[in-house]
Amino acid sequence: MKTIAVAFRYLWSRPLAALLNLLLLTLGLASITFVLLASEQVTRAFQRDLAGIDLVVGAKGSPMQLILSGVFQLDSPPGNILYTDVQALQRMPQVERLIPLAMGDSLRGWRIVGTSQEYLAHYKLSVGQGQTWSRPLEAVLGAQVSSSTGLKPGDSFSGNHGLGASGPEHAQAPYRVTGVLAPCGCVADRLVLTSLQSVWQVHDRPGTAEEPGHKEEKQVSMALISYKSPLSAVSFPRMVNTTTNMQAAAPAVEVSRLMGMLGVGTDVMKGLAGVLLVTAALSVFIALWNAVRERRADLAMLRMLGATPMRVAALLVCEALLLALMASVLGLAAGHLVTGVVGLLLAARQSLPMTGMIWLPQELWIVGAALGVAFVAALIPALSAYRMDVAQLLNSR
Amino acid sequence: MIQTQALHFHYATSPEMFFADLRVPQGGTLLLHGNSGSGKSTWLALAAGMLTPAGGEVTVAGERLSRLSRTRLDHWRARTVGFLPQKLHLSDALTVEGNLALAYFAAGLPEDAGTIARSLRTLGVGDLADRKPTQLSGGQAQRVALARTILMQPKVILADEPTASLDDDAARDGLELLRSCAQQCNATLVIATHDRRVQDTFPDALVYRIGVQPEWARRMRT
Repeated sequence: MKTIAVAFRYLWSRPLAALLNLLLLTLGLASITFVLLASEQVTRAFQRDLAGIDLVVGAKGSPMQLILSGVFQLDSPPGNILYTDVQALQRMPQVERLIPLAMGDSLRGWRIVGTSQEYLAHYKLSVGQGQTWSRPLEAVLGAQVSSSTGLKPGDSFSGNHGLGASGPEHAQAPYRVTGVLAPCGCVADRLVLTSLQSVWQVHDRPGTAEEPGHKEEKQVSMALISYKSPLSAVSFPRMVNTTTNMQAAAPAVEVSRLMGMLGVGTDVMKGLAGVLLVTAALSVFIALWNAVRERRADLAMLRMLGATPMRVAALLVCEALLLALMASVLGLAAGHLVTGVVGLLLAARQSLPMTGMIWLPQELWIVGAALGVAFVAALIPALSAYRMDVAQLLNSR
Repeated sequence: MIQTQALHFHYATSPEMFFADLRVPQGGTLLLHGNSGSGKSTWLALAAGMLTPAGGEVTVAGERLSRLSRTRLDHWRARTVGFLPQKLHLSDALTVEGNLALAYFAAGLPEDAGTIARSLRTLGVGDLADRKPTQLSGGQAQRVALARTILMQPKVILADEPTASLDDDAARDGLELLRSCAQQCNATLVIATHDRRVQDTFPDALVYRIGVQPEWARRMRT
């Protein structure tokens, strides 16, 4: 206890140096915390969104775009496909479950997705307030959409054409909110879900359907497919790509391609955070080393007053650990704060869900690493203090 | 009481130092004379148990230092020896009071604010407790260092060149204080000095001139 008090007094006897070292170590720890929280949450969200979807079928184009738009709702769909073609796929023996998706409209930037009730079942979504849709032009809001727009069950709204917030309004066909989904931490948080019929009804131009000889065929954007047997992954996508005018993309393949591209990014980020931490560790080491050099006379004085070498070494180690402990608390707090701010920015752009309010067990490792680094940084100066020649130091300066 | 017997010491880079056998009674005063580099500071460090002799024995206040382990030696020094180094060694990081409190930390004892205040008052620097050492004059700093030296009621006070940087008045004051402090604790006082003024203050002191090869060492050689 006494050692801690003396160490604290020594630490703050040079406030500028102490603050700068604290800042350096805090920055290193905060960036590690941020990288950890962000990568963990992105991975979790991706895995949650991908779970159980074996194949996405949509219009010809970029397979990556198909996955990004269909599964993660980040990109716009490549085009439309005929609903009859989708129904034909559904009847195939390999297909366990097929979920059609029809996109194209939005509510203040949040996507309106026409689908079947299977979508809710697939993502195990539960309706928090109200109930799910049962008739055309009834809609269910994701948790994030509801809190952002303030719409509640019973309210009505009209969608905008296009995925941006600026498209012309479909004022002639307003939706009625029947329910709000419980938060799932997945893609559905940022969607407005409704039936396929609703989407078709909104886009029905009055008159055109009755025109003789021009029966507009029903279209959807894409379909999410689960296989009955994993063996289908070998032949089914090729069958779709070669025998239909649709394109099949396997999320597993595309996501690993994406991670191959982005993975470098997260590795670089982790590397940078590591470099920052090593820099911080080095600075703590240099700071302690200088402190010991500066205070050799003081440490010799302590020995003169009868302090054992052990006590002197403990004082130095204690000083370093105090610094590391303060930096850990500040670094974790700053890391969570930054993650929270980034989460708010992402939410404003209707992108991935991220929060600073979760705690991961790995964060304990960060504290452990900080203390370890401080201990090692203090060890060499402490050892040199251990071996110093007291009598000589007392007379030299 | 301090007694040495066939004491010698060897620095790695310089020739071996031999010290004459001495006996200073408890409460007595010893003046160590000699040119700089002759081994005065080494003698003090040996008596304080901060250096281990190459051979021979130092007995201080009834304790034979060679019998103590290094840790025991540190504990013993904290309670028995008051060391007044030439450079005073007050930490600029701490206040005057904090500097004195450090003696308790070093000794592993609970801090005693009452004794600290009394010790500072004894030396007439009670009102400087909250100052930093950099804000003190040379004389004030020496009084503070002396207050720290007598904090534990030592049995031995070892002073290294206590008058080196002081003018005549301050030197006389400092030496008088040193004498009265040693008297209060009934401590044996050793002053390493090459200052003529010291001998004037301690006319009855034992004087040992370091640098002359002692009789026992000459016998050993031949």
